[in-house]
Amino acid sequence: MSFINYSSREINCKIVYYGPGLCGKTTNLQFIYANTNQQAKGKMISLATETERTLFFDFLPLSLGEIRGFKTRFHLYTVPGQVFYDASRKLILKGVDGVVFVADSQIERMEANIESVENLRTNLQEQGYDLDKIPYVIQYNKRDLPNAAPLEELQNLLNPKGIPHFEAVAPKGEGVYETLKAIARLILTELKKGT
Amino acid sequence: MQPQMVMYDEEFQQISAVCERLAREANAKIVFLVDKNGQLIASVGATENLDTTSLASLTAGNIAATGGLAKLIGEKEFSILFHEGEKDNLHISIIGGRVILVVIFDSRSSLGLVRLRVKKASDELNKIFDGLMKKVQVPGAGSPFAEITDDDIDNLFSE
Ligand SMILES: Nc1nc2c(ncn2[C@@H]2O[C@H](COP(=O)(O)OP(=O)(O)OP(=O)(O)O)[C@@H](O)[C@H]2O)c(=O)[nH]1
Ligand SMILES: [Mg+2]
Repeated sequence: MSFINYSSREINCKIVYYGPGLCGKTTNLQFIYANTNQQAKGKMISLATETERTLFFDFLPLSLGEIRGFKTRFHLYTVPGQVFYDASRKLILKGVDGVVFVADSQIERMEANIESVENLRTNLQEQGYDLDKIPYVIQYNKRDLPNAAPLEELQNLLNPKGIPHFEAVAPKGEGVYETLKAIARLILTELKKGT
Repeated sequence: MQPQMVMYDEEFQQISAVCERLAREANAKIVFLVDKNGQLIASVGATENLDTTSLASLTAGNIAATGGLAKLIGEKEFSILFHEGEKDNLHISIIGGRVILVVIFDSRSSLGLVRLRVKKASDELNKIFDGLMKKVQVPGAGSPFAEITDDDIDNLFSE
């Protein structure tokens, strides 16, 4: 839930990157961290295993600039994608303002993608959110790999509602900022509605 | 879903005053308040060389994780956590089920003193947050963003 601070004239919003294990959530944040100028970002925190799998979350605070005299700050979080970390994923979703679903384009990962979207929907429901009503975009990552499924197939399987989608190669930054901007835009538009 | 979190100048001043007094009376180095989603509300004390944004996010993560543990063993939540370090200690408590109060202190203070002062400050903070919530629920306390245009949003990304 966004936090509007009239005292410091700031607005804080929480974006969660969701998706199956190894789909590239952490890589998205790492690219943003590495390519954002110093003033606009805080420290990136990664609570990870020794093999660099996310254990609890990654966290990256970003400032995007001002709207009507309010500084807009976005807190980016990733969840751990591995199936058995479900309890942690639920915790990270608390207070979320918008979700980026990072799908792994590889054909072999299609089951995992589908399972993860379903898991996202269920976990949001437990918190009283409806995935169809909150700001939500989808990123098809790993487009560079030879075994990547055709876009159309991914769309059919993972995006029946036709939400905004982006093709990405996260380590190269392709599609990374486009995705971030899209979700930030949806969140701000939602705030405008004042729901 | 949680209610929209809002902070106004009046309450911010009151909250900061309570935190400052707590820091003084408990001989603490740093006192800060975080909402359960990890957003920093206020911080006082020797915070110059401290990454308070990271601190806020990790504190909330910590509370979320121990809250999850509590539920597993049939507790509602653990309302107080204490971490003891070689020099500095962390006292973390949940206020009114919604905000997290963190006190960092060293050997110039003691757990007993911190506990005592935190208790008093918690009651005061609770009242302030109660008032804040009521203010927020009043209709017409609308978002300042109701007026923004698509252009405003575009401009944010053009820089
Ligand atoms: N070829 C290719 N590799 C990628 C891409 N995105 C991420 N990777 C690689 O995939 C591996 C896993 O990426 P992470 O970002 O750690 O995955 P994650 O989604 O955070 O995984 P969990 O933390 O386990 O949930 C890393 O070795 C990345 O370099 C991509 O677009 N193309
Ligand atoms: Mg990760």
